[in-house]
Amino acid sequence: MAEAHPVGFQWVMEAKARGAKIIHVDPRFTRTSAVADVHVPLRAGTDIAFLGGLIHQVLEREADFREYVVAYTNAAAILTEDFEDTEDLAGVFSGYDAETGTYDPVSWQFEGAEMAPAGGARESFDPQRRENFAEGGAEDQESAKGQSFGSGGASLPGKPVRDDTLQHPRSVYQVLKRHFSRYTPEMVEEVTGTPKEQLLEVADALIENSGRERTSAFAYAVGWTHHTVGVQYIRTAAILQTLLGNIGRPGGGILALRGHASIQGSTDIPTLFNLLPGYLPMPHAHQHQSLDDYVRADAGRTGFWGNMPTYITSMLKSWWGDAATAENDYRFDHLPRISGDHGTYRTVMDMIEQNENGAKGYFILGQNPAVGSANARLQRIGMANLEWLVVRDMQMIESATFWKDGPEIETGEMKTEDIDTEVFFLPAANHVEKDGTFTQTQRMLQWHHKAVEPPADARSELWFYYHLGNLLRERLAGSDDPRDLPLQELTWDYPVEGAHDDPSADAVLREINGTDANGGALSSYTELKGDGSTACGCWIYCGVYADEVNQSARRKPGSEQTWVAPEWGWAWPANRRILYNRASADPDGKPWSERKKYVWWDEAAKRWTGADVPDFEATKPPSYVPPDGAKGPDALSGQDPFIMQADGKAWLFSPSGLTDGPLPAHYEPAESPVANALYPEHTYSPARRPFPIAGNRGNPAQSEVYPFVFTTYRLTEHHTAGAMSRTLPYLSELQPEMFIEVSGELARMRGLEHLGWATVVSGRSAIEAKVLVTPRMRPLRMGDQVIHQIGIPWHWGPNGITKGDAANELVEIVLDPNVHIQDKVGTCDVQPGRRPRGPDLPRYVAEYRRRAGLPVDDDVPARQGGIG
Amino acid sequence: MTTAPEVGAAPRAEPYDPASASGYAHDHPPRMGFFTDTSLCIGCKACEVACKEWNDVPPDGPMTLTGESYDNTSDLGASTWRHVAFIEQVVPVKPPVSLGMPSLRPIETMPPDGVSAQGPSGSGQGVRWLMSSDVCKHCTHAACLDVCPTGALVRTEFGTVIVQDDVCNGCGYCVPACPYGVIGKRESDGKAHKCTLCYDRISDADEPQEPACAKACPTDSIQFGVLDELRERADARLAELKGRGEPNAQLYGHDPSDGVGGDQAFFLLLDDPEVYGLPPDPVVTTRDLPSMWRHAGAAALALAGAAAMTFIGRRP
Repeated sequence: MAEAHPVGFQWVMEAKARGAKIIHVDPRFTRTSAVADVHVPLRAGTDIAFLGGLIHQVLEREADFREYVVAYTNAAAILTEDFEDTEDLAGVFSGYDAETGTYDPVSWQFEGAEMAPAGGARESFDPQRRENFAEGGAEDQESAKGQSFGSGGASLPGKPVRDDTLQHPRSVYQVLKRHFSRYTPEMVEEVTGTPKEQLLEVADALIENSGRERTSAFAYAVGWTHHTVGVQYIRTAAILQTLLGNIGRPGGGILALRGHASIQGSTDIPTLFNLLPGYLPMPHAHQHQSLDDYVRADAGRTGFWGNMPTYITSMLKSWWGDAATAENDYRFDHLPRISGDHGTYRTVMDMIEQNENGAKGYFILGQNPAVGSANARLQRIGMANLEWLVVRDMQMIESATFWKDGPEIETGEMKTEDIDTEVFFLPAANHVEKDGTFTQTQRMLQWHHKAVEPPADARSELWFYYHLGNLLRERLAGSDDPRDLPLQELTWDYPVEGAHDDPSADAVLREINGTDANGGALSSYTELKGDGSTACGCWIYCGVYADEVNQSARRKPGSEQTWVAPEWGWAWPANRRILYNRASADPDGKPWSERKKYVWWDEAAKRWTGADVPDFEATKPPSYVPPDGAKGPDALSGQDPFIMQADGKAWLFSPSGLTDGPLPAHYEPAESPVANALYPEHTYSPARRPFPIAGNRGNPAQSEVYPFVFTTYRLTEHHTAGAMSRTLPYLSELQPEMFIEVSGELARMRGLEHLGWATVVSGRSAIEAKVLVTPRMRPLRMGDQVIHQIGIPWHWGPNGITKGDAANELVEIVLDPNVHIQDKVGTCDVQPGRRPRGPDLPRYVAEYRRRAGLPVDDDVPARQGGIG
Repeated sequence: MTTAPEVGAAPRAEPYDPASASGYAHDHPPRMGFFTDTSLCIGCKACEVACKEWNDVPPDGPMTLTGESYDNTSDLGASTWRHVAFIEQVVPVKPPVSLGMPSLRPIETMPPDGVSAQGPSGSGQGVRWLMSSDVCKHCTHAACLDVCPTGALVRTEFGTVIVQDDVCNGCGYCVPACPYGVIGKRESDGKAHKCTLCYDRISDADEPQEPACAKACPTDSIQFGVLDELRERADARLAELKGRGEPNAQLYGHDPSDGVGGDQAFFLLLDDPEVYGLPPDPVVTTRDLPSMWRHAGAAALALAGAAAMTFIGRRP
């Protein structure tokens, strides 16, 4: 965190100054480790085993926060007899189909709630939709299982049968205990390389620092998410924190540190193919013929997702204004549709294969796939098959120049004259050259004002899309083709300002906030209506323009307000700073302790009150019991803090919403030098998504040809794929050359010299880098084996002031099935000296593949000659 | 405009005030300085970048890895006014509780060949990574200022020492005079440059601001303030760290009776100064000049006398 989020890390240092113990778990000893109280090394990609070991300790010692667990989680819920655990099925859960590598979650259900079990995608359990799937064939099945995750909430029909003593053998608590029983300290040490004493030290610290009087917080970044089981990493942490009572309480939580400024914003107002704003699912081509189809699964549900129809209708009104009416389904037909995985990696594969799904044109904004995406070579080969490519960036990045000076030009795999892609480069304004908001990990929007005009032709994204939209609408103004209606009817009337007709970012924010029937700014998403009388661009952002004030621009100093600082910026939803904060009070509504009091029930005033905006219906008393048949929020009791969940509980066991199992289990990362000691029958996640094509061969497990683990990471001095740092002298001089980090032991073993050159090779490619030999890297002793790890910063590429090979040349595209993200861990060999040049490079890599028993394939399919 | 303190003056008991000694009226502002608490440094180098941005200091990196851990700046100089040092040490994983005995020492400091290793996990050894942002010390008795023949180096009303670009003639006397190796001559303009403690920012009458490095430091490792207050804060912090099991924690440049009369930019270190590349016992290099001159004068007289005696002795 100190390494990649130094500014945010000031609060960790402040916590440390106040006596907090800082524990850093990382394969490498980093700048964070340097100031932490404890550094815990582990093998890259084994965090589920480590966290599982902590859960094992909590459960074995019965050190969970029992009152919290019984009242606020689904620990007491009883699973049906159909569920079978990894303990029963040698490393997979019930419902696994080995042929497709997918799960049918129908057996992951609770007694009393099994009638319409909603696993995988909630759509898949609607009987009508199941019929549609049967007609739609395999592609629909696939899309139904994976594509709508991250959207909406997972549904849970009915009320599960409970055993509040947690003793029933099929209760979630007991299932959890059995599931994690094999994550013993000895086993964890064998899998992770972490000395078991250190695991126990961390367990002791967490347990001692959790409960009524104390809370512990977790912070993570892409070291957890970029894995084939990344979502399950977070699940494991969520289970641990929930067992310890560290969710919804001050000083607790699991903090997702984002990869860029406003990445939170880019999922809230999404740049993802399967989401609409506010985590509404993107409609499916076959399943969602009408708005009624789309909301059917949600209308009448319990919890706050039960109000989903009001969110989508208000969004449609925001997009198509007066043209959206009840009679025409509020122009629901105008929305795009998905029919499968259209994620970035699938799209690139289609571009390489040049099949009918392959994109013909590409917009690249704030990305640099030629350096920054897994298997950078395949990214460039895919882009070379495009008809046109638009790159908007502040610098001339590699993704804009690969066609003339990319690595494949040097190797002879591509020839500039053979590439038909027309590339447009448009200079972009940076954040101080435009108005707008950043949304950070606390879901807080902070407004930034334009400080200076962008130079020359540089323009903001807002300017670009607004004027591009105008041009398209002018072109299509006379069209009577129905497919042009969505553009023709779009509300696209923003006030402009300045010499370049910049659309007003303030007006856009107000549109996102939403307006009532009279055109006044709304104050809260609870005001949204499903009858077309309200418009709102993103329901969770409703309130950011409450009282006609840009609330995100508030900058009242912390010293002039309460410690929660509600008047700095604005956090969604409803300016809440801690989600699910009803859990900071006990079931009766009293603070768990004076020390940790945050939100509580004021019996005299008959309402919730406290330091933050209560994340609960303000006047619903703790004693409220929902009547039979209640829907929406009314169906949740006064003791159900997790209001976005259908049952109001935190899910230790997840009966739906995940494609790769209801509980986390350790599987080896994308590539591994060892077998899976926990589940020997399954080295890798059985549900992961590989792309075993030429150019993307996965190194064999336990290969002697690729014996070392590599993990990619960031340095403080550089930013992501380097466009914002490798181009700046003051930053480049601080880390002037691409390097790898190795231990003294590995250096001696391979004859690597400090500051000498080394070549790192995987089944995809080989890169060269300077060598830093450092005691901060250490071999890991795992049972009888010693494993060596190589650290590879991923900032470098061929352009800029400091140039170097890109780490992502090495990385295989193999994805988490839930969110389609790649794995940052793989295996490799390392040798002293520089890599081969020209055509010798692909030959060198192919020779490694031959030795490893992989397909040698030199024949990456490509439309253009020269590749192959 | 200012008067340098008497050359070679012996360090005086506090309160010695260099600004007053330089002729500023008694109502001049208090001494301002830096307290750099290296125990809070996370090595982000924001201080280096902020300093260069604000002061328009040119990039000067050789653009090759130095191999000195994550330090690619190496040292202070004409175009590096803040420098973050990174020191890697192999240490016992769990140092035993200090009994107030002579301190625990690192097992091994990174040797030049770089193949230091801490052994596999569970070996009982771990690594310690020290980081420290170095800067001009703004000495109470500043040799650079003493030797400057043009008056380009001056004492400010805050007690800090700055170079005036337009007065410097590039003679370079100040460079070897500095006991810390702080000041340097820039090739591009032939003049001496060093940290000004952001004189333009702190002296802004309308809106004084803390120096750029302190402003940018995310963890308050670099603290700017009134020297006396910083010294109090440092004493408290040192006591706290000692209590937390940092037996080697020590203040550096804090003592007004040291060889330079104390530094206006001082440090809290977690190990001895040598570990950070700092001289353990800095002395103002002009301290001995007067006695040297006296000795030289006596020697000259003696020589003249001897010569005279020679002639006298020849007399028949």
